[in-house]
This record gives sequence, structure tokens and C-alpha cells, in this order.
Amino acid sequence: MNALKNMKKTTRSNLITYAIVVLFYIVAQGLASGGILNNSMKGMLVPICTYVVLAISLNLTVGILGELSLGHAGFMSVGAFSGAVFWVVSGSNMPSVLGLALSMLIGGVVAGVFGFLIGIPVLRLRGDYLAIVTLAFGEIIKNVLNTVYLGIDSAGFHFSIKDSASMGLAPDGDVIINGAIGISGMKKASTFLAGIILILITLFVILNLINSRAGRAIMSIRDNRIAAEATGINVTKYKLMAFIVSAVFAGMAGVLYALNFSALAAKKFDYNTSILVLVFVVLGGIGNIRGSMIAATVLYVLPELLRGVADYRMLVYAIVLIVMMIFNQSPQIVAWREQMAERIAENPKLRQWMARRKKDGAQSEKGEA
Amino acid sequence: MKKFLSAALAAAMAFSLVACGSTPSSSAGSAPASEGTSAPASASEGASATGGVFKIGGIGPTTGGAATYGNAVKNGAQIAVDEINAKGGIQFELNFQDDENDVEKAVNAYNTLKDWGMQVLLGTVTTQPCLSVAPEAAADNMFLLTPSASNVDVIAEDNAFQVCFTDPNQGIASADYIADNGLATKIAIIYDSSDAYSKGIRDKFVEEAGTKGLEVVADEAFTADSKTDFSVQVQKAKDAGAELVFLPIYYNEANLIIQEMDKQGYDALIFGCDGLDGLLTIEGADLSLFEGVMLLTPFVADADDEATQAFVTKYQEQYGEIPNQFAADAYDGVYAILAAIEQSGATADMDASTLCDALKGAMTQITVDGLTGEGMKWAATGEVNKAPRAMKIQNGAYTAM
Repeated sequence: MNALKNMKKTTRSNLITYAIVVLFYIVAQGLASGGILNNSMKGMLVPICTYVVLAISLNLTVGILGELSLGHAGFMSVGAFSGAVFWVVSGSNMPSVLGLALSMLIGGVVAGVFGFLIGIPVLRLRGDYLAIVTLAFGEIIKNVLNTVYLGIDSAGFHFSIKDSASMGLAPDGDVIINGAIGISGMKKASTFLAGIILILITLFVILNLINSRAGRAIMSIRDNRIAAEATGINVTKYKLMAFIVSAVFAGMAGVLYALNFSALAAKKFDYNTSILVLVFVVLGGIGNIRGSMIAATVLYVLPELLRGVADYRMLVYAIVLIVMMIFNQSPQIVAWREQMAERIAENPKLRQWMARRKKDGAQSEKGEA
Repeated sequence: MKKFLSAALAAAMAFSLVACGSTPSSSAGSAPASEGTSAPASASEGASATGGVFKIGGIGPTTGGAATYGNAVKNGAQIAVDEINAKGGIQFELNFQDDENDVEKAVNAYNTLKDWGMQVLLGTVTTQPCLSVAPEAAADNMFLLTPSASNVDVIAEDNAFQVCFTDPNQGIASADYIADNGLATKIAIIYDSSDAYSKGIRDKFVEEAGTKGLEVVADEAFTADSKTDFSVQVQKAKDAGAELVFLPIYYNEANLIIQEMDKQGYDALIFGCDGLDGLLTIEGADLSLFEGVMLLTPFVADADDEATQAFVTKYQEQYGEIPNQFAADAYDGVYAILAAIEQSGATADMDASTLCDALKGAMTQITVDGLTGEGMKWAATGEVNKAPRAMKIQNGAYTAM
């Protein structure tokens, strides 16, 4: 109890974030083993993890670095394709845990390299210009991947951007990436547990980065670039750092995503996906990691839950988005919410209840630690 | 305060999970009611449908850019299901889920349908989502009959069958038709390189054209992101002196290309595949430009035979538009499922996997006279065997060539 009280506020807040993830895992696993969770929900668990990781990593660029990036799906696709190619070529012969981990590592590194290459020219720009260039980058990646043909036979890799016949594969060769069709017939490897572990790793790295010296430097660039420069902060270095870390985790999430399905096509990674992740970040609260996690989960599950209303599904989804945005961000509503919270807090019965809850909560957290 | 909020949100998350867990029973309970059957709510996977009702699941885009195709399949299949139910005997129930032409959403839709108790899958409509749903269905041993996903990889597993032609077959058939009928020797191709369907046909066409002595003088690509201006592609085809332009694409882009050809005063034959079906339904288009366009398609809405006429009339009454080939494929698909069920003697209380084993065997034995072909037969690979029909647009209507 005392340890929790004496903890720094940020540490405590971070611990709660980890606890939410672990709790989510336990609850979902419990429901699944109890047979309460249906197929639809079970099928969504890994994509949820993917989008949570994407939202956390984009929040680093958008919320902490303060630059609007519209090309997150680009990094995701680079990671997804490189990881999936590795998986198809050699990973699937390994034990699936090792294969998945290595694929993710490769996906992350390749996406990170792209983050670096793209970051150098892009980060010279600011604001709207940066947003447009990242958008263009995402589209370029998608279109390039759409035309790539990659095959393998006994002589090694064959590559073409024309068609699969022009690769000149030996008869024993396999086409890995087949242009617009992408990669198909993959063995699936992603599991919910792997997704949760990836979320925890992402959280660990990004939360620690935010609360470190480097993180403070990054935030100072966001708050006032000129002042930051004047105090001797290397703006380019820290901007690149945030951008690359963000890209690495997007790439890893891409691998998790790719290996959850048997087929992977570049078409998926268009600007709609980038915008979707941005919506998670904005709705969850720019710079608020925990918020973006919750927003990603809720907004991903919502359209599936709305299948019941059939034709009005997309309409209802859009309305919910608008209502959530107003509820979260409109100054009047925020003021009203605070007022209500205060009134609730002043209610003696509720106070008792809260106090009791606090005690229980602290104990259970202790138990987990 | 912050902690309270986070706890509340975590609780909300947990609650939403529980809420999801309980949805199937309620939706399954309400859905059959509208069909007037007595199937009780059965939430568990592969649950047996009582009362002799086979549960057919459908997946396709009913929203988004490809919605035309998904809705056509949904409507076409519904007409077939209604007809079969009206006859008595074997009863069907159709549940069609939206996939937005998205790989991920298609798998979600598949899982949702499994929760509903789907026994047979009629889908998916489009190729890309089908590539990810087919392995899922194979893993569950769920019978899959796709009306219109034409890629070969879709039917890689033995539980999957197609109503439409495969892409390579269309490419080969087109090249053969052009060569055998001596339509032209110099050919230009304009295709969508970002689309699996278009690309698949084009690749085989080029291959077959080589062996048939056709010369591909221009091979021009566009992508889904740049499909509004075709002046460059048309110009190149014109400069290369192509006598025939082969368009293995969908009708909206074909319309623009034909207009561009007219603008440039480029007079060449136009040949396409089933994607061009729909040209005559474009609102506000100058139909006179489409005169002489040739296409290989299994279905035309104004064919004279009785079955087609009855289907088109019914479709127009219920949905207010002329059905395209996708609707016809779906209609035939439902009847193929019916034929396979009758052949195998399967009953509605079988679970999905047992039913799949029964239908797999029966599919290769049945012959279906459908809207999209007489005497359709299936090979064990899942490919359909029916004769492609070449059509020509004359006086604003399709006529057989």
C-alpha cells in the first residue's frame, strides 16, 4: 500500500496500463476457455492486439513528437511483407514461437530501416507538409508492393516487377509474392498470447522512452522547437529517434497482422488503414497511450458488434465516432463531465464505495506484482 | 479520479467482451423468426439446425467500392433461396454478411457466420477476401462454393468449388476465340495491374496469345488509384497499330477507355471478359459507343430462354434493377448446393464438417442447368466445366455470336 503511494505518479500510471493489458488477457482467456467467447470475438483478438500496437506506436509520432503522420500503414506493410516472406521461406520450418519471433524481429528491423530512410527527408518538413509527404510515402509503398513478384527455387531468389512468368523460375520453384494477389497460402502463426506480449513490449519501450531524458527532449521539440534548439537539443536526432521507434513497432504489428491470415495483399495497406489508426489515436487522446489502446479496442470491435443492424452498420459506426469525439473533446462536455464527476465524488455513499474500491484495487495490484 | 476512470474503462472493456459473448444467442434467435421457421437459438459452433433448414452463409461486399457485386450476389442468392423454400422439401436459410471487400473483415464475417451456425458457405464474392477465407473454411472443413471469386488459389483445397470460370481459363478462352475466329492479329491490352482478377486474365492471355500466333503490340497497365484518365494507354495502343483492344477489366473503366478511343478517333475492335458485363447498365453513357463490343460472359440478362427471363423479371420486381452476371452466378450457386444436397442425401441436422464431406463427393456427380451455362459439371479440383459464350453488343443489346 505504502509502496504504491510513494511511487512516482507516472510509474503508477504506467503500472495501471500494464495491468489493464494483463487483465484484458486474463479475462479474454478465461472467457475463451469457459466457452463463453464466440468465434467472432476469438477471431478478433489478434487484430485487436495489432491495432493496439499500431495506435501506441503512432501515438509516439503524433502525440509525443507532435508530427502528423499519415503513412503508418506504409511501415506496417513493409514490416508485414518482409516478416511474411521470411516466415514463408524459412520460418515455418522452425518451431512456430521462434519463427514468429524472428519474423517479427525482421519485420521490425526492416520497417525501422525504412523509417530511417524516409525520416531523413521527411522530418525536415513540419505540420501539413509532413503529413502530405508521409501520405505519399504510404501510397508509394503500397503501389510498389502491388507490382513486386518474388519467387524462390533451388538457384535462390528471383525478382521481377513485370509478371510472375518473367522471373524465370525453375519448375520446382515457388512464387512467394504474386503481384497484386500478394502472398497466399501462408501457415498461420499469430496467437493472442503473442499479441499481448507484443503490446507489453511496445508499452515497455515507448512508455520508458517517453519518461526518459530522450522522451523529454522529444516533447520539448513538440512544445517549442525553437526553444528546444536553443537549449542545445539535437532536433533531427530526437525526431528521427521517435520516428524510427514508431516505425519499428508498426512493422512488428504488421507481421503479427500478416501471420494471422493465410493471405496478405498490399491493397490492405492504403491510406484508409493509416487514417483508421490515426482515428484511434485522436479519439483515445493525442499523447494519451492508455486512451489510444482503449479506443483501438472499442472502435475495432464496434463494427463487428453492429452486424446486427445490417445495412445501417456503417452509418451507426460513423455516428458513434462523432458522438465519442464530442464527448471526449468538446469543451462544454468536458466541463460538464468534470462537474458530474465532482458531484459524484461529493456523494458520501459513493465516497465510501470508492474508498473501499481503492483499498481492494491496491491489494489486488500488489498480488499481481 | 484518473484511476477510477481507468478502472471504469477496463470494466467497460470487460463488459463489452461479455456482451459480445452473448450476442449469438440473441441474433440467432431473432434471425430465423423473420423466415418463419422454428429453429431455436443455437449458439454453439456447427450447431444442428432443426426443422430441416440448411443454413447457408454468404460473404461479400455490400458496402464500399465493390458493393455492386456483393449486393448482386446477395439478391441473386436470395431469389434462389425463396424459390426453393416455396417449393417445399429442402429448406434453406440465407445469412449474408458484409466484408467491405477487405481480407480482415471477410474473416470476421466468416467467424460471425460460424457463430450463427452456418453449414454451407456461398462466398466470398471477391477474390482477395476469398484467398484468406478459403483456408479458414478448409481448416474447419466447411463446404465453400464461391459464385464469383475467380482466382485458382481460391479452390486450392478440396472443400472449395467455383461457379464462375477461373481467371486463367478466361484468358485462354479469350485468346483462343480471337485467334480461331481470325478477329485480329495485332492486339493491345489495357488492364488493371493492382487487381488480381484483371492481372490473372492478362497473364494467361499473353501466354496463350504467343502460342496462337497473336501479336501483343501494346501491353498497358493502370492501377486502382489512377483509373480516371486513359489517354496515355489508348494513345499507345493506337500508335502501335493494334486492331483489337483486349480489356480484361470491369465495365466502369472500360466505359472510360471506350470513350477515350472515340475521342481520339481510334477505331479498333474491343474484346473483354465477364467484367464488361454491365456496360449497358451504366446510366447516362452513350450506348452507341458500345456497338460491336465483344465479351465472353456466361450470362446475359436479355437472353431468350425461359429461366433467364423468369429470373430477370423477378429480380427487377424485387430490387428494381437488371441483374448482372454476379447475381446469376449466385443463383446458380444456390441451385448447385441444392443439387449436391439432393445427390448426397444429406440432412439438415448434419454438422458442417459431415455435410462438407457429403457435398464434396456429390459435387463431382451433379449436373446443373443454370443461368450461366447448360450442363455445368464440377471437377474434384473445384473448377466448373461450362462453355463460355461470346456475346456482341448490337443495337444496344447483347446478341450471341
